Order: sequence, then structure tokens, then C-alpha cells
Amino acid sequence: MKDILQQLETQRAEARLGGGEKRIEAQHAKGKLTARERIELLLDEGSFEEFDMFKAHRCTEFGMEESRPYGDGVITGWGTVNGRQVYVFSQDFTVFGGSLSETHAEKICKIMDMAVQNGAPVIGLNDSGGARIQEGVASLAGYAEVFQRNIMASGVVPQISVIMGPCAGGAVYSPAMTDFIFMVRDTSYMFVTGPDVVKTVTNEIVTAEELGGASTHTRKSSVADGAFQDDVEAMTEVRRLVDFLPASNREKAPVRPFFDDVNRVEESLDTLIPDNPNQPYDMKELIHKVADEGDFYEIQEDFAKNIITGFIRLEGSTVGIVANQPMVLAGCLDIDSSRKAARFVRFCDAFEIPILTFVDVPGFLPGTGQEYGGVIKHGAKLLFAYGEATVPKVTVITRKAYGGAYDVMASKHLRGDFNYAWPTAEIAVMGAKGAVEILYRSELADREKIAQRTQDYEDRFANPFVAAERGFIDEVIQPRSTRRRVARAFASLRGKKLQNPWKKHDNIPL
Amino acid sequence: MFKKILIANRGEIACRVIKSARKMGIQTVAVYSDADRNALHVKMADEAVHIGPSPANQSYIVIDRIMEAIKATGAEAVHPGYGFLSENKKFAEALEKAGVAFIGPPAGAIEAMGDKITSKKLAAEAGVSTVPGYMGLIEDAEEAVKISNEIGYPVMIKASAGGGGKGMRIAWNDEEAREGFQSSKNEAANSFGDDRIFIEKFVTQPRHIEIQVLADKHGNCVYVNERECSIQRRNQKVIEEAPSPFLDPETRRAMGEQAVALAKAVDYCSAGTVEFIVDGAKNFYFLEMNTRLQVEHPVTELITGIDLVEQMIRVADGEKLPFAQEDIGINGWAIESRLYAEDPYRNFLPSIGRLTRYRPPEEMASDKAAVRNDTGVFEGGEISMYYDPMIAKLCTWAPTREAAIDEMRRALDGFEVEGIGHNLPFLSAVMDHERFISGNITTAFIAEEYPEGFDGVTPSGAEVERIAAAAAAMNRVDEIRRTRISGRLGNHERRVGSHWVVSIAGQEVEVKIEADKLGSTVRVGEQSLRVESDWRPGQSLARIMVDGVPLVLKVDPIAAGYRLRTRGADLKVYVRRPRAAGLARLMPEKLPPDTSKLLLCPMPGLVVKINVAEGDEVQEGQALATVEAMKMENILRAERKGVVSKVNAEPGASLAVDDVIMEFE
Repeated sequence: MKDILQQLETQRAEARLGGGEKRIEAQHAKGKLTARERIELLLDEGSFEEFDMFKAHRCTEFGMEESRPYGDGVITGWGTVNGRQVYVFSQDFTVFGGSLSETHAEKICKIMDMAVQNGAPVIGLNDSGGARIQEGVASLAGYAEVFQRNIMASGVVPQISVIMGPCAGGAVYSPAMTDFIFMVRDTSYMFVTGPDVVKTVTNEIVTAEELGGASTHTRKSSVADGAFQDDVEAMTEVRRLVDFLPASNREKAPVRPFFDDVNRVEESLDTLIPDNPNQPYDMKELIHKVADEGDFYEIQEDFAKNIITGFIRLEGSTVGIVANQPMVLAGCLDIDSSRKAARFVRFCDAFEIPILTFVDVPGFLPGTGQEYGGVIKHGAKLLFAYGEATVPKVTVITRKAYGGAYDVMASKHLRGDFNYAWPTAEIAVMGAKGAVEILYRSELADREKIAQRTQDYEDRFANPFVAAERGFIDEVIQPRSTRRRVARAFASLRGKKLQNPWKKHDNIPL
Repeated sequence: MFKKILIANRGEIACRVIKSARKMGIQTVAVYSDADRNALHVKMADEAVHIGPSPANQSYIVIDRIMEAIKATGAEAVHPGYGFLSENKKFAEALEKAGVAFIGPPAGAIEAMGDKITSKKLAAEAGVSTVPGYMGLIEDAEEAVKISNEIGYPVMIKASAGGGGKGMRIAWNDEEAREGFQSSKNEAANSFGDDRIFIEKFVTQPRHIEIQVLADKHGNCVYVNERECSIQRRNQKVIEEAPSPFLDPETRRAMGEQAVALAKAVDYCSAGTVEFIVDGAKNFYFLEMNTRLQVEHPVTELITGIDLVEQMIRVADGEKLPFAQEDIGINGWAIESRLYAEDPYRNFLPSIGRLTRYRPPEEMASDKAAVRNDTGVFEGGEISMYYDPMIAKLCTWAPTREAAIDEMRRALDGFEVEGIGHNLPFLSAVMDHERFISGNITTAFIAEEYPEGFDGVTPSGAEVERIAAAAAAMNRVDEIRRTRISGRLGNHERRVGSHWVVSIAGQEVEVKIEADKLGSTVRVGEQSLRVESDWRPGQSLARIMVDGVPLVLKVDPIAAGYRLRTRGADLKVYVRRPRAAGLARLMPEKLPPDTSKLLLCPMPGLVVKINVAEGDEVQEGQALATVEAMKMENILRAERKGVVSKVNAEPGASLAVDDVIMEFE
């Protein structure tokens, strides 16, 4: 009997070694942690329960039958983050380079099925050389099985991917369909075709880092939602994100005790808007001063900086933030910012996270680049996302809300629940100068007259009261009391019930 | 007494004058430029008058504008503060002509003393000892070089109308004399509308000690002790104190009597300051007389109980001084720290922007200690590029110098300023500097003690342990809160451990923490530290008692850790489980990106000049570009030899911090 118990321990020890000491050392030498070490950091101490530890591949081609290590290059199971359940898979680069085999895929599918059934997030730690070539189509089938599950789990449980090594070819499409992708700087990359193929086909010479490193995907392609310095920071910060997210679409976002004053008054917000309407200011200051304890988890911080997206808490409850950033491109909407915000709004709506929108938008960015790029359809994504969202929606217009962009940014007409404006708000079809140039084209030669017309237009429309008269603005509020007003508004919406008409699914302009 | 006075100034000094006037029951009128529309002095005054665009030479130093404001409001007297029109003879004359009282000295005294060349002659005549120098006006750079050679290097090139470090340069050779002359002249023209320059011997190893005088219109003149202002950076005062730790009663009396003699020689009235350079043997030389209220006047007020602004107003109204020389004593010690919007980590370059957070320590006064903060800004206010970068003067008083320094440390600990770069960490560092504490200081203190600039304080081993213990206790509070999130698996909750490793300032400190109702006991190595605090997550200021000694930390969350600032140290601190700490050790150190091939704009400002073109080969130290910020022309030089590959900015361009001005091959 004792021997049998001992044998279990021996076998476990063997499984835990993965690809062996040498490969573990090689992994460390690259500045990367092993699959198990990452799980240790991601989950609460001692909370990890492993599945399929002894699973091995069934391939007999190319001498594969000689080597059948336990685990088959991926570690799967469940554990807790601050006491809340999550499912995890972590690819083990020390075993066959983390390559994906049929059995490797089966392990991932198993925990994904459980996650959907039991209502808990899936966190995937990707570090894989790609398909296991020796297995041929069985490996490709494995990918597709995972893809299908990503699709089915989408909108049911939050899915988070962390790219912590290579992720190339078909492998990229599993993370691509999850809710968030994070990367580790200098040690991770993602691309569909690697630098060698790129060179052969297009003659472009590019490094893996330039083609698909963290910087590329967080700044240029927007494939990734964020990047971290190293594995330790990545795991710590993913834990922080999990604390914002609901376990599934069947549950509300978690509530955490908070030490901030709901009625905190921020007098300095009264001077946030500069006297000069063309002078920018940092919208993040408003976000920090409204949020509980100034805590803000930004998503896609380095991409389309003219719009800000991320999570805060109000009274301990998660709230999604979408805010125009006047510091970049005057805060206007364009292709990138519309896409970025639309995806974020849909995530919030899928998981019952209320949305707070801060508006200072002078309109859509003009230009051939935008029109040829399809700004019409991309802008419509954000409009669509806001309009279909049934979660509590509170909007504060701080300054400009011009033209179609006013409509898009969670306006009253898109079923906004509370639409506030600061006294500095200007809600109009366009700025005074542009409006006068159209309305009084014949008087353009007369500078004095035009100045007077501009002044008249400003007096009439450069304020929130025209909109308030019509009820498009529910209330004009003091900037300093924004936190209290917004928190109270969301409190009043805790019981909100709103249903869209039944449909198979909508047809958002993708 | 006057019913209404106008303050022809801005910022903290305008606020300061308003306070005294209000105490005396006098109505106040503020003036403001475009940039100061929402400034504190405008809010504090009973009335406010707009006087023009933001640049001072279109508003605060335009005499006609001020005269119009006086007329419009019916103010009976004008307090000029310091700088701007405070030492402008024409302004004093214009007021006299309009029948408005000038709260300052007579025009004749301003003229005599305001011009440094005349003042030196007069001082010498009045029996005041003076420094050798060239008194005449200097026409051009070549003449400046010639005169410099006659006096002998090093020399100081100064704007005749200058003050506060503006329009002032030290030259050690012909080239620097030529360059210094030109930039002093430019700055003087911009800041004072007077570009006359003079040159004098630069006295090495000096202490800057000045005598406050106060005179009425009835022939009474007293000296109100000295202030030591030796802690300067490029002739800009940073820390002042009264009394001086250096003077003995005899020297004080001798300096005081000479100062009074000079004041009397020019029929002085109101408050004035006679500045001296004092060498190691207590020889003192006359430097200049400032015919106005001095920036650092609060330290004098704190040790004498005299409200200098009130006395200035009373003297202007014709009252006699209520005290004689023998009534003036020294009570305790006062220190002033000037908070500048200058980034110490970027070689003290001016920083502008919005004060997203501004929480000064609470003012208080008892017989054991006092804290006073003279300020002209507020949270949510804007630091503009148009004016002096000084945003507050934090003063402390205590019965002894040691206690006053300690009070200053505590006051700086509790002072929160965010949104702009500022020198608060540097001020804290000086308060803890042994040489400053010893009182053995000269005007070269900063240059000698911080030759490479200031890059933060490295805390001592014992201090690191105290901070580590505090961080562990804070982290415990954070961790426990994390485990109280809703939606946990019941009965399978996470437990917060007691064993932690604190990574701080490149070291790892192992701690074991045991909490009880009142706080926690943190074991660090052999010793055991008692940590008590009411800090809660999200608070930006943590006041923590570590073994009965207060530790004040400025706390900001950073990825996976805390940024903690205390006493001039700026630390990234990570508190991890032992296992996590072990794994963190495996992580490679990430170096910041290489910017050695770029010339970055060190401060927000305007490009005045680009000295080189693409393809030029430049030598180390060669001037590459001139950027103007806060009215100061900053010449950016090549750090090493190289070839310019690309120029990204042109004259007139407005740049932000870290914008790339040019690239090198």
C-alpha cells in the first residue's frame, strides 16, 4: 500500500519536472518562467488543482512513441484568485516547445467546457511553438476544437489570454477570440506568418519583435490590450484585472470593500476645463478623481489614445469607463478609437458591467485616410454597441459634444439612463466657426458681421441648456460633485431591467 | 489709514500682502493678466482688475495699465510686492504724480539703490565695505571680455536691474564672458525691460547674509536682524533662515549699523534689505540693496513677531515706527523652503502644467513650533510658463535651529504636490544633509554637495528596514481587502500569509508580520519593529509609526507594487510572497530605452534657436539649440561628439517634455 502511495508521488514529481532541468534552465535564461511557476504566481497560494497531469500524446509517427512525457506540454486545472474560481491552462515550452497536439488540445477543451458549465473565467497562458508537426491534421483539428470553444464561451465567461512566449500561425486565433490579450515585453510575440515567410513572400526584412512584439501589438495593431515588463508583473496585474470581472454572464461583477468617500468633493475639477476651448486637458484626471481610491485599470492604453477605456470601481462595484481624451487628436472619434471603444462597450454589456462615459468630442476625424479606411462602418460599430447595450449607462459631457459624435457617445437617444452635462458643455451640430461659415456664407467677406454671427451662435449653443430644455440632458451638474452624482446614478440603476427584441444575433457592422 | 490699496503683483506675494491689509481692515485690489484669470490672488482680493495679456511685459510691468487700474478702483496706495515694478523709479514717480501713495521707499532711494553701479558708489561713500568690480555700463560682448580680464576671472555678469537669479551669469573664461553677457542682456530685456549689464569679481566660498532694515518718514531707521540665504542654486535662493548660524552679535551689529547708515544716506523709508557677502573670517562686503519687500521676509517676521507688510503700509501712511532698535530681539529660529516648479531629476528645469494635487501642511503656531505657508496656488490651478516658477514658501519656526529644521522635515513630509515637477524631494534632502544641519554652509553648498545634480536620496540600511516594515504592513491591509471581494468560494477562502519579502531600492528585505488589534509587529532580521498606522488603501499620504518614530510616505500604486516617496527618496517597492520573490529574482532587469542618439527637449518651452543643421559635426559641449521656458533661455549642448542626422524642430516651435529636437548618427 505504502509503495503505491509513494509511486503516486514519484509520478507527480516526474510530471512536475516537465521537459527536465536543462530545459527549465533554458527557459529561465530567456527571462521566462515555467508554465507551473506562472500558475503559482497567478493563483492563490496552494489553490491550484491540476487536471490530466498524466495525460500523454498518442502519436506514433516520426519516433514520437519514444517520448511520451506526462502532461503533453500544457498544464490545466482550476484555482482561485483572491478566493474566486478561475480555470487556467498554461503551455509548457519545456515539453516539445509547448507545441499543440491532439491530446494537448483535449486538455484545454476540458477545462473550457468546465468553465462554461460552472461559470468561471478562463485564463490561458500561451507559450507554444505552434502545431505539433508530427501529428499533422490531428493537431490542426485540436486547434479548431479550441477555437470552437472560444467562440461558444465568448460572452458567457470572461476569457483572458496572456502571451508569454511565441504564439504563431493558427495558434494566434485562439487568443484573438478571447476578451483580453496581454503580452510580456521582449519575451513574447504573435504573428500569423513569421519573419522568414514574410521575407520570402514580400521581401520585407523584419525581426520577430518588430513584426509581432508587445510594442507592435499594443501600439500599432491593437491586437493586444496591454503589455507587462515581465512574467511576474504580468501575473500580478492579471490577478488585478480578474478582481474587476464577473465570473460569468450569469453573475454581477464582484464587489470589493472600499475606503473612499462616496460624497468626496473634488473642487479642482471646477478648473479642469481650460478657458480656451481649443486647449486640451487630461481626461484621465477626471477618471482618477471620480474612481474609488483613484484606482483605474486601463485597457488598450497605448492604442488610439484619443479615447480611453478601462475599469474603475464606484462604491466597490466595477464600472466600465469610456472617455474621449482631448490631449490626443483633440479627442475626436476616428476608425481606431471607434473600434477600440466599441469592443470595450460590448464586453461590458455582455457581462453586465455598467458603463460610464465622459464626453469631450469635437466630431469625427476628417480626411481621405479615414473615409477610405471605412470610418463610416467603424464609427457605426461604436454607435451600434452603445445603442444595443442594456446595462446601466451614465454619461457626463464635460465640454464639446458636436455633431454625429454627440449622438454616438452614449447620448440620451441611445437609451442613456443618466445624461449629465457640466456647465462648460457645448452641445451643438458643430463649433461656432464652422456653423457660421455654412449658415452665413454670403457674409463671409464681412469680418465684423461674421464675428458677431459667431458670437451669437456661441451664446445660443455653446452651453448645455439648449439640450437640457429638450430633456436630452437630464441635469447640469457641478464638476466638483461628479463622483457623488455618478455614484448615486448607478446606485439608482442597480435594479435596471431592459431587454432587446429576440433575435438570433444582431448584425453589427463588423 | 488707507481705505483701499492695490497690489501690483501676483502669486504668493500678492496673497501675502492681501492678508496683512485685510487684518488692518483695508480693502484690496488685485490686478491680473490673461493667464491669471483664475489665480488665487484674484479670488482673495476684494476687487480685481484685468491688466492685459499673459506676458509680464504686456501686463504686470506696464505702468500705464496699473495706473488705469488704480484710477478705476480708487485705490489710495499701491504695494508693489517684489519683482515687476517694485524697484521701478518711473512707477514710483507716476504714483507720486497721481497722488497715490507708494508702499515702498521714495523714488530717489529706488534710483540710487536700484542701479547696482550707483548703489555701490553710494555704499562706499557711506562707509560700507564693497566688492571690487566695474561700475560703468558695458556696451558689447567684447568690452565685457576686456573688463572681465581686468578684474580677473571668475567674474559675475549681472543685469543692472536684475534680481532673483535672472539675468545673472558667472564666467570663468573669455568665451563664457561673451556668451554670458549676451544671454544676461537678453534676459534682462525680457524680464525687466532694462538690458544694462555690469561685471564684478566673483567672491568664492561666500555666505550670503542680508540685513533687513525698516525706516519711517520721520528719520527713524532700525535693522531687524539678518537672514542667511546661502543655500542657492545658480544664484537663485532655495532655503533661507534667520538668524544666521554664522554671525556673532558683534558682526550682526556691525552689519546692521552699516545697513542703517546706507539707508539713512539715501533717505530711505519702508522695508529694505542690504545684502552682503560674508567670507569665512566674517569679513562682509556690500552686494546690493533691495528697495522692496524681500521674498524671504517671513523668516524675519517669525523670529521678531513684526509684520513687515503692515509696517510698510503704516510707514507709507506716515506713521512712526512703533519700536526702536533696542526693542528688536531674536526669538527662536525660522527656516524657509522655497517650493519651485522645477524638476530636480531633470537638472531643476522649469516644469509647467496643472496642479492635480496640492495639499500643503496645515499652518499652525504655538510657543513650541510654527508652520507657515505663503502660497499663490491651489489644487486645480495652473503653473504657467510666463512667471516665476516659485509656487510656495514653506516656513517653520521653533525655539532652536535643530527644532526648526525638524519641524521643516515634518512639514515637507506632509506637503503633497502632483501634476508638475517640483523640488520638494530636494528640499527634504537638504534638511537631512549633515553639512546643512551643521550650519557650515556657503553659497556653493548645492554645487559642491550635488555636483552631478540631484537624483534622489538613497536611504540608509536602517531606513530601508523601516520603510520595508511599513510597506509590509500596508500590503497586508491591501491583501486582506482583496480577500474580502464578493463571489468567493465559501469555506475555501484565501488566507493572507505572514511571511513576505520586500523588494526595495535594489535590496530584498525578509519580513514576518504579526498583526493585532492596534497594529502589527514586523520582524526584520534580528530586530522587531512595531508598526502602527491608520492608512487605508487609496490614501496618498501614509503616516506610520515605526517603533514610535513617525514615517511619512507618499504612496502611489504602480504595476504590481507601490511607489513610495519619503525624505527625498523615490522608491519602487514590491511586497511579495517568498516564493514569488524567488521567481522575481529570475526576471531580467529591463533597461530604459537608449536616448543617447537623441536631443530631447528637457522642459516644455519655445525653440528660440537651432544652432546646427543636418549633417553638421558637433563637438562635446557645443550649443545645439536654445529653448526658452519661464523667460529663461536654456542652451542645450551636445553631450558627446557626433553628427546631426535629423533636425525635427524649428525656431518658434512649441515643444513638450521629451519631444525629440534632433537626432544623431
